[in-house]
Amino acid sequence: MIKMSVIEPILTKYIGKKDYLSIKKVLNEMNPADVIQDVKKSNLRGRGGAGFPTGIKWSVMPVIPKEESKEKSNKEITPITLRYLVCNADEGEPGTFKDRFIIGKMPHLLIEGMLIAAYAIGARVGYIYIRGEFASEYRILKNAIEEAYQENYLGENVFSKFLNTNKNFSFDLHLYRGAGAYICGEETALLNSLEGKRGEPRIKPPYPAKFGAFGKSTCINNVETLATVPAIINIGAEKYAKYGTAKSGGTRLFSLSGHIQNPGVYEFPLSIKLKDLINHCGGVKDGKKLKAVIPGGGSAPILTAEEIDTLDLGVDYDSLAAAGTMAGSGGIILLDETTCIVEAASVLLKFYEHESCGQCSQCREGSHWLARLFHRIEKGEAEMKELDLIEHICSNMSMQTICAFADAVVGPARSSIKKFRSEFEEHIRIKCCPFKKQKEVSHVL
Amino acid sequence: MNENENKSKNENKNKYLNMNELHEHLIIPRLRNIQEEHGYVSMKSMRELAESLSLPLMKIREVATFYTFFNTDTNTDTNKKAVGKLHIQMCTNIACWLAGAHQLLHSLENKLSIKSGETTTDNLFTISEVECLAACGTAPAMQVNETYVENLTEEKIMKLIDLWREEMKTNGVATLDGCCISTTTGGTSS
Repeated sequence: MIKMSVIEPILTKYIGKKDYLSIKKVLNEMNPADVIQDVKKSNLRGRGGAGFPTGIKWSVMPVIPKEESKEKSNKEITPITLRYLVCNADEGEPGTFKDRFIIGKMPHLLIEGMLIAAYAIGARVGYIYIRGEFASEYRILKNAIEEAYQENYLGENVFSKFLNTNKNFSFDLHLYRGAGAYICGEETALLNSLEGKRGEPRIKPPYPAKFGAFGKSTCINNVETLATVPAIINIGAEKYAKYGTAKSGGTRLFSLSGHIQNPGVYEFPLSIKLKDLINHCGGVKDGKKLKAVIPGGGSAPILTAEEIDTLDLGVDYDSLAAAGTMAGSGGIILLDETTCIVEAASVLLKFYEHESCGQCSQCREGSHWLARLFHRIEKGEAEMKELDLIEHICSNMSMQTICAFADAVVGPARSSIKKFRSEFEEHIRIKCCPFKKQKEVSHVL
Repeated sequence: MNENENKSKNENKNKYLNMNELHEHLIIPRLRNIQEEHGYVSMKSMRELAESLSLPLMKIREVATFYTFFNTDTNTDTNKKAVGKLHIQMCTNIACWLAGAHQLLHSLENKLSIKSGETTTDNLFTISEVECLAACGTAPAMQVNETYVENLTEEKIMKLIDLWREEMKTNGVATLDGCCISTTTGGTSS
């Protein structure tokens, strides 16, 4: 089971097994505009990485023309009113494993969240794009969807038995498996992949709300975002919002990994400080000293231990953005004093080199060059001027491409040099990795 | 039960798609089936798929070569790149690296006398280095065919390899389920 946070857990306590309490409440008592208003009030922000306010994302879906919406109640949906809800379950950010946890443990919670979202935005069909590697999660979700169909929780006129009103709401949910591409976590790349194309991000605008899956209006949300919605309806938007900060409401699932004493998925309120969060998870492994933290998945710029101490950083989106990094996917990776930052960055950059989709030359070439340069430094083959070359490459990549991937590559590259420059210089000066050298010496002794 | 199965199969089709959209939408699932069945996607099977979906071959090829899940060698019809019976995919990304995945990969390579990316001569094992499997809380982790094996230690890997080799030699298949700590938990412990 999940490890509990300091407060009463919100998301994980509302397991949503087969009760589907929140969707029944929504269908009986609320109209779509009320649901969107509630989600806005809750200050829920996208849990996938960008942190876009969910209520706003839902409200920018084009309004269904009045005559169409009247007809909708008893007639088949028309191509004009057809719109999609897509759940992004292509979790691939290094250091993030909360979506896999939700799907594996609470698949019905996700289905219920999708039902509420679909009702709010008027979607008739939904897709869950699940990462290709998640085989057992796929089976769990497939079973859960079949169960939901059997109970009439999905399909035509769902929950008709439980409704006092003569409202009818239909929603079909399909599962779609990816085939191993990190970039498909980017929403427009995911849409292309869903349509059966190469997973290359699209130029925006048009945004998916206007031109999404199969050319229809589409809303794409992360697994955790959707799974949080039933809990918001259940406990009330204002109460949920209070757990967080002014602009980032509620609680969030954090994936703790690396040199942490008790790794795992934890639910914490967004008002908690990063330092306290680490302490609640048992602190640094084996009582070692903390060196650095990657606070929001592999793409997030690195933070030094001193920064976390002196700035007394929070874990909400705005505090981390103000500190020059990002809350990202909530994957917190701890690096202790024995970690070589150059090698850590090199490991991450090798990953990005492999995953660049190759559409934009800045990113395709830049990610390759950065990976090679970092590898050279780690091996002790680089010269001092290459550090400036890295900065030069980074400035040619950042904000120059179709999607945010290039900035995700620049994140660890630039921040590691900026904050640990002396370590890079030492590698170059002594022509090898000081950490490996140390290990060899202690091994011989 | 049969009725239900049929029902869920029908429901799985999005009836709002036109023929062309539906056919393109089916490319990746069909390629997945081919990959799972044969261990690779040959040019011949791509041609057949293009024909059955009434799509140009180019559409199939561009998709098959984009995604890492598909082993393609589009220059030849007789593909030699098929993976072995057990495809061991070791994660070497940041969290697993911090937990010592590189050393584990090295000892695994020594144990099987092959390098990462190669297949043993008896065609039983293939080793690949892969990126984050979303099992960072139970690092180091690897995926063997479709099963996750987590909280790896050198001892555990060596034992499993011996066990699987033995099983494959006697029964022809290795039992992956149950031998591993977890296949479903999202990297959590209680």
